[in-house]
Amino acid sequence: MSQLAVTVIGPDRPGIIADVTEALAGTGVNLEDSTMTLLRGHFAMMIVCAGPFDEVKSALEPLRGELVITVRTMGPEHEHAPIGPPYMLSVHGADRPGIVAAVTRMIASAGGTITDLATRLSGGLYVLTAEVELPPTAELETLDRALEITAEELGVGVTLRPAESDEL
Amino acid sequence: MITDWSPARLDVEGRVLEVVRAPHPVLATEGATVDPLDPEMIQLAADLVATMRVSPGCVGLAAPQVGVAAQMFSLDVTGHPKTRTCHGVFVLCNAVVVEASRNEKAREGCMSVPDFTGDVKRATRLTVTGVLPGTTEEITITTDAFEARALQHEIDHCSGKLFLDRVAGAHAVYPRKVYQ
Repeated sequence: MSQLAVTVIGPDRPGIIADVTEALAGTGVNLEDSTMTLLRGHFAMMIVCAGPFDEVKSALEPLRGELVITVRTMGPEHEHAPIGPPYMLSVHGADRPGIVAAVTRMIASAGGTITDLATRLSGGLYVLTAEVELPPTAELETLDRALEITAEELGVGVTLRPAESDEL
Repeated sequence: MITDWSPARLDVEGRVLEVVRAPHPVLATEGATVDPLDPEMIQLAADLVATMRVSPGCVGLAAPQVGVAAQMFSLDVTGHPKTRTCHGVFVLCNAVVVEASRNEKAREGCMSVPDFTGDVKRATRLTVTGVLPGTTEEITITTDAFEARALQHEIDHCSGKLFLDRVAGAHAVYPRKVYQ
């Protein structure tokens, strides 16, 4: 049993998830973390699961064609140690190349890491939302200012706000 | 009056109980209505307060979280930065939401779901009825902001629901961030 990364992408139609997960279940594989979403008419799946590589690969074989499928063995589970408190980052504005690159570079320069990010383009409006972790030592004011300057250059709006949860 | 009430009125020593974690079936079980005069329920009320008190950051604890499928919970949002209206510490039996409005989304964590947090939309104006343990008269609590959210979270526990049942979208559950 090894840790496997399975990726699937293809034109959307009803039943892609059912087909893929049924094939995996047939080999006794249990889905662990996964994310699946529709991107511009293409359905995309990323799955991490523990299972026998050869069996998983051959179980998914019949689905290849319209679906682009990769199966890869990964090293042992890599525990993500959070580096600091979580923040939500939102960026929106007129579409142009380089928005994601510029904004994420600012986060990286502050020692921050991104744990989840999605972008959507609709008409001329570009929207980015991300979960960000910043080290407790990060200078928030400096980062805020750097983000603002970057945003101004790009002609977009940016907000970074704490995403701390309430204990109930 | 709820603000006159204190756990001392229960006249029993609260015991610290173990908090159960999902997927324990009791957390998905609809709680039975309780008799607020039943000595066992009065003991449970004291136990809920005692267990809530020793749990860091805990502002509310429902009976199912200590393994009892009953409609009772303790609450105390005193001093929380998001609290506006505050009724202090209290235990409520057979609570029912009678009015709820002005939904807002916020991220919640729960002692029974220690590895995840999630974004949940809840009313920020809320009216609830219920009975204090050791009494028989139905009381009405009208509150807002964080106390309203906490009440809804605990009432959900009493009907076998977790915040996971109410998250605001496929990407609204997050691994909990614990850092040093």
